[in-house]
Amino acid sequence: MEKLLEIDQLTKVFSFGSILSKIKLTAVDNISFDIKPAEIFALAGESGCGKSTTARMIMGFESPTSGQIIHSGTEVAKNEKVWFTQGIQAIFQDPFGTFNPLRTVDRYFFETVKNYKLAKNKTDAIKLIDAKLKAVGLSYEEFAGKYPSEFSGGQLQRISVARSLLTDPKLLIADEPVSMVDASLRMSIVNLFKELKENFGVSVLYITHDLATAYYVSDRIAIMFRGDIVEMGPVEQVLMEPKHPYTQLLRESIPEADPEKRWNYKIDLSELEYEEYMRKGCKFAGRCPQVMEICKAEMPQDTQVGKAFVKCHLYSESQKSQNEVI
Amino acid sequence: MNKTILKTDHLKAFYVLDVHGTQKVVKAVNDVNLDIQENEVYGIAGESGCGKTTLLKALVAAIEPPLRLMDGKILYQVNGKEIDVASLDQEAKRKLRWEYISYVPQGSMSVLNPVTKLKETYRDFIGSHVSGKSKDEAFEIAKEHLLDLGLPLKILDAYPHQLSGGMRQRVTIALATLLKPRIIIGDEPTTALDVVVQRGVVQLLKDIQGKLQNTIILVTHDMGVQANVADRVGIMYAGKIVEEAPTETIYGNPAHPYTQYLIDSLPKFGDKSTRKSVPGSPPDLGNLPSGCPFHPRCPHVMEICKQEMPGYTKLEPNHRVACWLVGEGERLS
Repeated sequence: MEKLLEIDQLTKVFSFGSILSKIKLTAVDNISFDIKPAEIFALAGESGCGKSTTARMIMGFESPTSGQIIHSGTEVAKNEKVWFTQGIQAIFQDPFGTFNPLRTVDRYFFETVKNYKLAKNKTDAIKLIDAKLKAVGLSYEEFAGKYPSEFSGGQLQRISVARSLLTDPKLLIADEPVSMVDASLRMSIVNLFKELKENFGVSVLYITHDLATAYYVSDRIAIMFRGDIVEMGPVEQVLMEPKHPYTQLLRESIPEADPEKRWNYKIDLSELEYEEYMRKGCKFAGRCPQVMEICKAEMPQDTQVGKAFVKCHLYSESQKSQNEVI
Repeated sequence: MNKTILKTDHLKAFYVLDVHGTQKVVKAVNDVNLDIQENEVYGIAGESGCGKTTLLKALVAAIEPPLRLMDGKILYQVNGKEIDVASLDQEAKRKLRWEYISYVPQGSMSVLNPVTKLKETYRDFIGSHVSGKSKDEAFEIAKEHLLDLGLPLKILDAYPHQLSGGMRQRVTIALATLLKPRIIIGDEPTTALDVVVQRGVVQLLKDIQGKLQNTIILVTHDMGVQANVADRVGIMYAGKIVEEAPTETIYGNPAHPYTQYLIDSLPKFGDKSTRKSVPGSPPDLGNLPSGCPFHPRCPHVMEICKQEMPGYTKLEPNHRVACWLVGEGERLS
């Protein structure tokens, strides 16, 4: 099947410290995935797992240490910015940080229209802007000439989605788009992504730490942990029958809005984050309840389980055959 | 058997602001009656800007201009005596804090002093609240307390920025519970934490409550956390408690349309059916709609809702709702 965006063995290494004591931290470690047209793909994980670094590399804010980002069959690094940004648009976490508080929000829209030469004159521009605002449930009248402070967080986030739609992008990159929005208004943003996918065929890379909305909205999901994708596949399978011990822990730790489903056992809390990044073998080995000798020495390979890929020694070929012998 | 430990009686706390010569009144806490028991976890839930944090400020008696106590009383039960907080002077209030009532804020980074090691913070804290003990003795108390809570002692030699967000939050909770307070107030203590870390913090709070048999007032908009921790939940909207019931009832049989929206809008695993968020946006507390403040967003709005705020109707002895749909209600005294 056709691929809209392909990420091939992408790696990002940050180094910091002085010349004498340089520390290298692999924020994103050799990850590969792809996004198909009209698909919502979730990249989920805790803070510090490398999901935002991945998004920043896709958007071109960071250059990868190695690996490729291929957009519509062409390698991104070799193409112009305008061509690229027309196809991929981004929505950020903080809607209040997206817009300058001293400028009216409509100026951002007119500027985008001008920069991409999307309309011939002002009437056409207003028509286009109104159409995009209608797609997010707003209208030009209620928005023209207003400052960001006159909107609520949820409204502003919808306005920033409308702005990103101006260029008719094929892919939206949404980095934690709902984490600053009140829980009661979150669904309006998440439902919007669903509508955009169904009505306009837009794909969304939905980056989040909120597995509940990820389950609700996305088709496929990748779970990241300390720079690796540990499990990837259809959302139904990954979240309803998680295979990797980390996914299982994550899934169980989400507080469900049901007083009958309370946590009934305690968990071990993480050792220091930094130590986990530096691990040689599987990075979850320090906390994994099913840890084996091999986990501490060797990084597991991707293994197919059902429709999903899991990076865990429990499911690798050598381990499977051993289990059968026992 | 149950004993009241904290009570508010028609509590009204407004912000009175002077904007370009005209007075603006923000009704952040508007006629709240709470009756919180010993040995329970009481959850307060609601959207941002509904007055949750202001209510907490009033409960810890930190009412400072522009916030003003307009009406009503805040009553503590201290050693069997009922104390009206408004009658206390600053020194008496300071004494009650940490020993009787303590506070866990949301952003733990701004609580801990960034330029001293944590052990200095602990020493300072004990020095100013525990009298008649030498510094070393006092420090031993701190160490014991940390071990009790299962936190590593090496954090005492760390600076706040060297710890992860979750660890900082747990250290702050440890600090707030050092003197075994009867009431712990948590203002969104787990918001902005990762799920696994959040679970650790909730676990710690539950542990402490189990050991001390005291009261926790937990404010969070996360209905998942409320379901997991609280014994009773009060739903707050525009400065009022609109519904209050035991947790099972709130989730199983919510009566107020706002509560129903809050619970129905949450995505659930294994159910991908479309969910709707609460329509519209929260009201401006400085310019409240007439009647029931929820009426512009309510799907069942009636004529009377626009004119008058209903009183509380008791559906069960411990389930009260302020909504015209269930009845006119009565003013609780």
